[in-house]
Amino acid sequence: MGKKSLVSIDECSKEYILEILDCARRFEQEPNRKLLEGKVVATLFFEPSTRTRLSFETAVNRLGGRVIGFQDASTTSSTKGETLRDTILMVNNYADLIIMRHYLEGAAKYASEILSIPEFSRGVPVINAGDGANQHPSQTLLDIYSIWKTQGKLTDQVVTIVGDLKYGRAVHSLIAGLWHFNPTFHFIAPNELKLPDEQKSFCDEKGIQYYEHTEFTEEIINRSDILYMTRIQRERFTDMEVYERVKNVYVLKLDMLNGSKDNLRILHPLPRVTEIASDVDSSPKAYFIHQAGNGIFIRQAILCKALGINA
Amino acid sequence: MEQNDSTKQVAAIKNGTVIDHIPPEHLFKIIDILEIGDMDNTVTIGYRLPSGKMGRKGMIKIFDKTEFDQTALEKAALLAPNATVNKIIDYKVSLDKDENGGKPCLPLPEKELRNIVKCTNPRCITNNEPMPTLFTWVDRGDWTIKCEYCGRKIKKENFELK
Repeated sequence: MGKKSLVSIDECSKEYILEILDCARRFEQEPNRKLLEGKVVATLFFEPSTRTRLSFETAVNRLGGRVIGFQDASTTSSTKGETLRDTILMVNNYADLIIMRHYLEGAAKYASEILSIPEFSRGVPVINAGDGANQHPSQTLLDIYSIWKTQGKLTDQVVTIVGDLKYGRAVHSLIAGLWHFNPTFHFIAPNELKLPDEQKSFCDEKGIQYYEHTEFTEEIINRSDILYMTRIQRERFTDMEVYERVKNVYVLKLDMLNGSKDNLRILHPLPRVTEIASDVDSSPKAYFIHQAGNGIFIRQAILCKALGINA
Repeated sequence: MEQNDSTKQVAAIKNGTVIDHIPPEHLFKIIDILEIGDMDNTVTIGYRLPSGKMGRKGMIKIFDKTEFDQTALEKAALLAPNATVNKIIDYKVSLDKDENGGKPCLPLPEKELRNIVKCTNPRCITNNEPMPTLFTWVDRGDWTIKCEYCGRKIKKENFELK
């Protein structure tokens, strides 16, 4: 198995996704395996992150690897004007794998290109831990793993996605990752945040059934296998008046689950704000905290796959 | 009338290139793109010449030069996709034709636009690092391209050349 960067969910084949899921399941059964012993992994976080960084670092530690890196670009030479290219080439000398989150869109693709130039690079792969509003493939893979684990299968799921469907990168990536498995989508969003035409065209091209709604009703919840809630992201709005109008438009409350299917599970990429009321946490259908926990096993699988390690 | 003028114009050059039917508003930009000002060759520039098809047109005759940087030609093509390019060899127009048998036009990029257009997304890596841009066509018919780094789609009216 060769080394391979992970930049975008779009580049992940169905086979790759299924291999990652299988591998993650093995890690869930036995998370402490010294497969990265002697390896150094660099976590370059040019913007803040809680779950993603901690779960990647936990994954490396559980695999016996060592972590170097930073979680605040203001402590690095980028504040002195160093280019990303130079930072990447430098870290390429130190580490066996780079995990990078960057506020600029396309940064991970660029880093992977730099590291594929044989004259400069030791062939260090890059894992994209989020590049601006663009891609966050490990989040999508853990979402898919959570669906697989809770439903026992991936095919033919009815997935209802609620909230910010316009700006939410997790939503766009989930659609791109799930299309291999014949999903039916219900998209619930206010008009200001409805799914962009690009994603709808993607669904049309791939023959994916989808329905759009503005009302968040129990009738739709009752038809769903997965209810994927999202946060209305204040930071994406230029017009605060619009934000104020839509910020609390959909709130999931416990009594809305009364008629839902037994197998329904509620997912959320987190952090949540007001879109899931705290009384929902007591429901066995609330899965979002477990979902975040699945991130460790999925990231263990991604790390091994990127380094060409059979796990 | 235009044919006669063109014949005269072509006849006046022994070896070289005639770029004709340039929208006048883009003439000087195309001169910049092709770096004609930096050449030692003799150059004749026609600005706002009468044209049967266009009303007014621009034209550039570059003497003793038939090869140009492909990226520069592709960049110019985004401004003037219908401008014709005639190579003149020994007073004769080269017999190159386009795929429809017409006069060859400035060449639009086939699959990708490498370092020709700027990305309009200020948060795109290409606007923040010293690196080339890369776009691919989403739809050549309606001139929509997509940034291969940030995924932003851009329509022709928003193209900004690098």
